[in-house]
Amino acid sequence: MSFQLRYSQYNERSILIEWPAIIDENILQDVLVFKEKIEINNFKQSVQVISAYSSILIICIHTIDNVNDVFLDLKQLYLNQVYNKGKDSKIFQIPVCYDAEFAMDLDAYSEAIKMSKDDIIRLHSDTIYTVYFIGFLPGFLYLGGLNSALHLDRKTTPNLNVKKGSVGIGGKQTGIYPQDSPGGWHIIGNSPIELFNPKQNPPCFIKAGDMIKFHPISKSEYQNIKSEILNSNFDFKTLLTHD
Amino acid sequence: MIKVLKTGFYSTIQDQGRLGHLGYGVPISGTMDSYSSLFANTLIGNNENDAVLEMTMTGADLLFLGSTTIAITGADMSPTLNGKPIEMFKSIIVNSNDKLSFGRLVNGFRAYMAVKGGFLSKTVLGSRSMFKGITDDFRIQKEYCIEIKNSSSLAIPKNAKLNFNASYLEEDTLGVMKGPEFHKLSKNQQNLLFSREFQVSKYNNRMAYQFQPLVQNDLESILTSPVLPGTVQLTPSGQLIVLMRDCQTTGGYPRVLQLTEKSINILSQKTTGNHLKIRLKQ
Repeated sequence: MSFQLRYSQYNERSILIEWPAIIDENILQDVLVFKEKIEINNFKQSVQVISAYSSILIICIHTIDNVNDVFLDLKQLYLNQVYNKGKDSKIFQIPVCYDAEFAMDLDAYSEAIKMSKDDIIRLHSDTIYTVYFIGFLPGFLYLGGLNSALHLDRKTTPNLNVKKGSVGIGGKQTGIYPQDSPGGWHIIGNSPIELFNPKQNPPCFIKAGDMIKFHPISKSEYQNIKSEILNSNFDFKTLLTHD
Repeated sequence: MIKVLKTGFYSTIQDQGRLGHLGYGVPISGTMDSYSSLFANTLIGNNENDAVLEMTMTGADLLFLGSTTIAITGADMSPTLNGKPIEMFKSIIVNSNDKLSFGRLVNGFRAYMAVKGGFLSKTVLGSRSMFKGITDDFRIQKEYCIEIKNSSSLAIPKNAKLNFNASYLEEDTLGVMKGPEFHKLSKNQQNLLFSREFQVSKYNNRMAYQFQPLVQNDLESILTSPVLPGTVQLTPSGQLIVLMRDCQTTGGYPRVLQLTEKSINILSQKTTGNHLKIRLKQ
C-alpha cells in the first residue's frame, strides 16, 4: 500500500512528512518502514528521525539549501516501499495492579461509564495495544486499541501529581505515566515496571511498533516486582510473551 | 572545582543538548541562547559542545577552588571578580579562591559562563544538559561542587579578534517560517500574526514562552505530531505558545509558526512584559 504523502520544510534543517491524519495500523507500518529506510540511508546526514501517528520529522546536521531537491530524493526513497509486516515487533506483558490503593479514580470512572470494576479490568487487560510512538514525557507510550466501551473524556480538573507508574484512561487513549506528573486522565491502576531509565541506553526497552498487553497482578505481586526492580534483579525479558 | 555559594534565580549546566533520544520522548534541552554560549566557548578555545553555566535573571556566586580561564557572555548581569567589575565577552584568568559574583541585570535575561575544558558534571544519554527525570538534579544547588578540568597552562588563546554581536540582545523582531498548520488560519488571522505586537506573558521558562494577547481562532487540534524548539502552537483559547529548548517532543495543538534558530536565541533573552513583533522570513 502506498499513501499520498505531504512533504514540507519544518525549520532550517528539518523536514516534515505527513500521512493522512488518522490512527491506523497500516499507516503506522508505512511510517515505521519509511523511517527505518531514512535512518539506514543516513539521509542528508540526518541526526534524528522521529515519528508520531502519521508523521515523520527528519532533523539534518546541516541547513537545507535546496528543499525541492530534498523532497525529490525522499519521494524516490519512498518508492517501492517493501513491507515486512510485524518483522521486529514484540509483545510485552505489562503487570498492572488495579487495587484501590493505586486506582484512585476507578470508583468514579466505573460510575461514569456505567460498568462494573471487574468488567473494566477485564476489558482493559484483554486487549493487545499497539505502541504508535513515544512522546509527551520521556517514556510515555502512545497506545492504540482501547476498547470504545472504555472511552471517557479527560477529567475537567487535572490532578496536580499523578504518581509514576499510574495507568490511566483519557478520551480514547490509555497509557502509563513514566514519572510523577500533573495529568487529567482517570487513574485505574499502577504498574511497577520502569518504562524509562536514563541510566540505560536505549532508555526504553519498548519502541514504536511493539505491542503490549496489561496483566492484572495482586498487591503482593506488585511489591515483589517493585523490590526486584529496586535491587536490579528484574529481567525485562520475562515480560516478553512467547507464542 | 567550582563551589556554588549562591545559585541565582535559575541556573543550570547546559551543553548543546541531547539529540538522539527524541524517539523515546526525551527533550533536546541545551543552552537557550546557543549563540551566546557558543561564543563563550570559542573565546577560551573550548569545543562547541563543552558544558557551560546558564544563569537566568540573576547570577550565581561561585568560588573557584583552582585556577582556570573563563568567559562570560549573553545578558549583562554586572559580573565582578573578588568585588571588582570584570569585562564580558573576553577570556579572563581566575585563580584559586577567587570569587565570581553577579549584580544588577542590565540587559537580556540569560548569561553564560564558560570555563576552560567545560563543566564536567555527569553525562546522561550523551549530554550534560540538566533536565528533570534525566539528570540527578535539574538545576545547580547551593554548596554544589562542580568538577572542572585542571588547566595547567593559563595562556589566553590567541584567537583572531572575535566580535560579539550584542545588538541582538535588544532585537525585538522574531523571524519565523510558516508552520505545518499555518494554512488552516484565515487570511485575516494570518495577517494579524504579522501586524500585531505581542508581549511575553509571565509564563515563560526553558520549556515554553506564552504570548499576549490571545489570537481568536477556530482551529481544531491535530493528531499528535512532532514538535521542535521554536514551534509556535496556537491553542483553542487563542494562546500562542512558543516551545523552547526543554519542550516535549510531540504535541496536539496546531503548529502555526516556526521560529528560526536565531529567533529562538533572541527570545531566550526576553522576559515577562517584553514586546515583540513576528515577521515572516521569505
